[in-house]
Amino acid sequence: MTTHNPAAGGHQHSHHFDSAEHEYESDKLGIWLFMVTEILMFGGLFVAYIIFHQIYPEMFAEGAKQLSWKMGFFNTLVLIGSSLTMALGIYYNQINQSNKAFWNLIATLALGFVFLTVKYFEYASKFDTGFLPGKLLNVETVQATSQNLGMYFGLYFCMTGLHGLHVVIGMVLIGWLAYRTRRGDFNSEYYTPVEGVGIFWHIVDLIWIFLFPLLYLVG
Amino acid sequence: MGTATTNPNVNYLTEFSGVKSWLLSLDHKRIGLMYMIAILFFFLIGGLMAMLIRLELFSPGPTLFSADTYNQVLTYHGAIMVFMVIVPGIPAILGNFFLPLQIGAADVAFPKLNLASWYVFMFGAILAFSTLFTTKIDTGWTFYTPYSIKTGTAVITMVLAAFIMGMSSILTGLNFIVTVHKLRAPGMTIYRMPLFVWSLYSTAIIQVLATPVLGITLLLLVAERVLGIGIFDPKLGGDPVLFQHFFWFYSHPAVYIMILPAMGIISELISAFSRKTIFGYRAIAYSSLGIAAVSFIVWGHHMFVSGQSEIAGVIFSFITMLVGVPTAIKMFNWLATLYKGSVSFESPMLYALGFLFLFAIGGVTGIMLATLGVDVHFHDTYFVVAHFHYVMVGGTLMAIMGGFYYWFPKMFGKMYDESLARITFVLIFIGFNVTFFPQFILGAMGMPRRYFDYIPAYESLNKISTVGSWMISAGFFLALYVIIRGITSGEKAPANPWGAKTLEWQTPSPPPHFNFDKKPVVTGGPYDYT
Repeated sequence: MTTHNPAAGGHQHSHHFDSAEHEYESDKLGIWLFMVTEILMFGGLFVAYIIFHQIYPEMFAEGAKQLSWKMGFFNTLVLIGSSLTMALGIYYNQINQSNKAFWNLIATLALGFVFLTVKYFEYASKFDTGFLPGKLLNVETVQATSQNLGMYFGLYFCMTGLHGLHVVIGMVLIGWLAYRTRRGDFNSEYYTPVEGVGIFWHIVDLIWIFLFPLLYLVG
Repeated sequence: MGTATTNPNVNYLTEFSGVKSWLLSLDHKRIGLMYMIAILFFFLIGGLMAMLIRLELFSPGPTLFSADTYNQVLTYHGAIMVFMVIVPGIPAILGNFFLPLQIGAADVAFPKLNLASWYVFMFGAILAFSTLFTTKIDTGWTFYTPYSIKTGTAVITMVLAAFIMGMSSILTGLNFIVTVHKLRAPGMTIYRMPLFVWSLYSTAIIQVLATPVLGITLLLLVAERVLGIGIFDPKLGGDPVLFQHFFWFYSHPAVYIMILPAMGIISELISAFSRKTIFGYRAIAYSSLGIAAVSFIVWGHHMFVSGQSEIAGVIFSFITMLVGVPTAIKMFNWLATLYKGSVSFESPMLYALGFLFLFAIGGVTGIMLATLGVDVHFHDTYFVVAHFHYVMVGGTLMAIMGGFYYWFPKMFGKMYDESLARITFVLIFIGFNVTFFPQFILGAMGMPRRYFDYIPAYESLNKISTVGSWMISAGFFLALYVIIRGITSGEKAPANPWGAKTLEWQTPSPPPHFNFDKKPVVTGGPYDYT
């Protein structure tokens, strides 16, 4: 569905846009709108957190104590680092240095992998010690003082789980970008997908920056 | 660009053929028609459920089926009509088809995403219907906790289906916002956009901002059922009213997803069939945005008797009444447009006038329900049922029917049978009032909604209501016949049978694949009838 339009600078764009620039701006607006929906979706979880934290502060404190803030902090640094490499991946694609862009995207992918590995160990230790979500948590086994500690871990697993799912989706997209970068699809004239996924990755990162203090530190 | 053909026999319907050319089409017009076929089918099923409900209520006691079956039929009627018919109806069918045409664009901004939305919608719909063959759900379309956590039916499947259809709605809204911002033809300033476009834009904002909250609410409901996390369960320290807050934070704005595009259609019809510039263009345009804005802060009026604080009730009651202001502005402007216009009564106009009449009743009873003290009496009675059917059926469905007839010549290049179409209006309009007006009285008498039985005192009004439902369905079946006969053997339609001024009428009927043979340059407003 693309037509070649020499008047627009000699590169491809879809037939219903005037120029590549026009298409780029439209795509970017679309991506930002999609980010708004992501934030609103997580917003529902944050509202639930705030309400029940207000009602059961001791229960939340007891839950937060079971989490390792060191692991959470480490993962925060990992994600911030990955946002940097992601931004560099966009930058190098914009200035036609696709080799550097490629390796920065690979680094982002690797940091995403580190994040998930740490998350795996955190989840595994919670499963082993019986800190399971909701009704699966047996208050006597874990010797909890709060009778509804399952709610904290329900929220913990829902929030970090949904976030983790976004990390996985982001990694798949970044892998696809790395492949396309290697193939030479992107240059200073066309880098919309890299920038789009980059925005998505930064938002996922940003959501973690809120999740970390709320779940690990507040208590 | 203008690379499309100038051969008058080649249009978007004939340029490509074969099933694949439809199922893989990126053309917004074809995608609109694919939505139309799907949604008509869902409407048929939802409508049959409505008929069954009315038949059961024809007389007190078990008439057709058991109370459990009644609950299921009621749930599917609501869920199908809301999630699969009225929410997607106007934006996905008529919006898809006419938004790009009305602003002089060759397509929506993201054609592939548009096609993907259709597939996502269909996947969600099939998932929803699959529950009919497992355990039929009986929660009502609102999935209220704690019952939706406890019932042993396929709530999870249904809720995921609603989540998926919500995604489709978000993607359509996102597509429309970008299209309106970025793809207007040269000279198409925002104040030259047809009011249907304004209303779709306002709708799209709600779709994008509210639907994600429904999404997370439904996911939390799934988590609640699977893991028992307890945030909606009072036994575990949770709050079932929180579910209602979350749910209505989406679902109240969703009410305006249903009505705003209908109001847009009415603006087009009233102006076109009065042959007169619309009165108060900017007021109508901004009142759409105003309704969209207010829609986000009125959800609490669904919980006047759910145990929210009294002060919250008072505030929500007051804000809810504010919705009446932009709505009344629209009403006023439509009536002022009719004044001294060259009004003619073709069937689209009949539906538009029917809308004004029914929507006025729906709106005023809405104000009554927004009044805190009155609502305590009317809450969960047939008064509420009558109110929202006056708005959704009397409002939205009337507008859909009017819009269908109005744009039919453009969509298919054929004319429908005008006299039969007028008969459909008479049947639907009278049948609708016969069905739903008695329900106001029943509600005021205290008949509760959702029950499958009633005391003998309510019998005669229920009988009248059921007879009305037969008239409505006769009207809709006749309308289906009019549409099918129009498509198969209607006369050839001219480019602009109504003499309307908006852009979609300035291209051949049906339009070519790229909408316009030559990219249009706009030099005047959408309603320049002088």
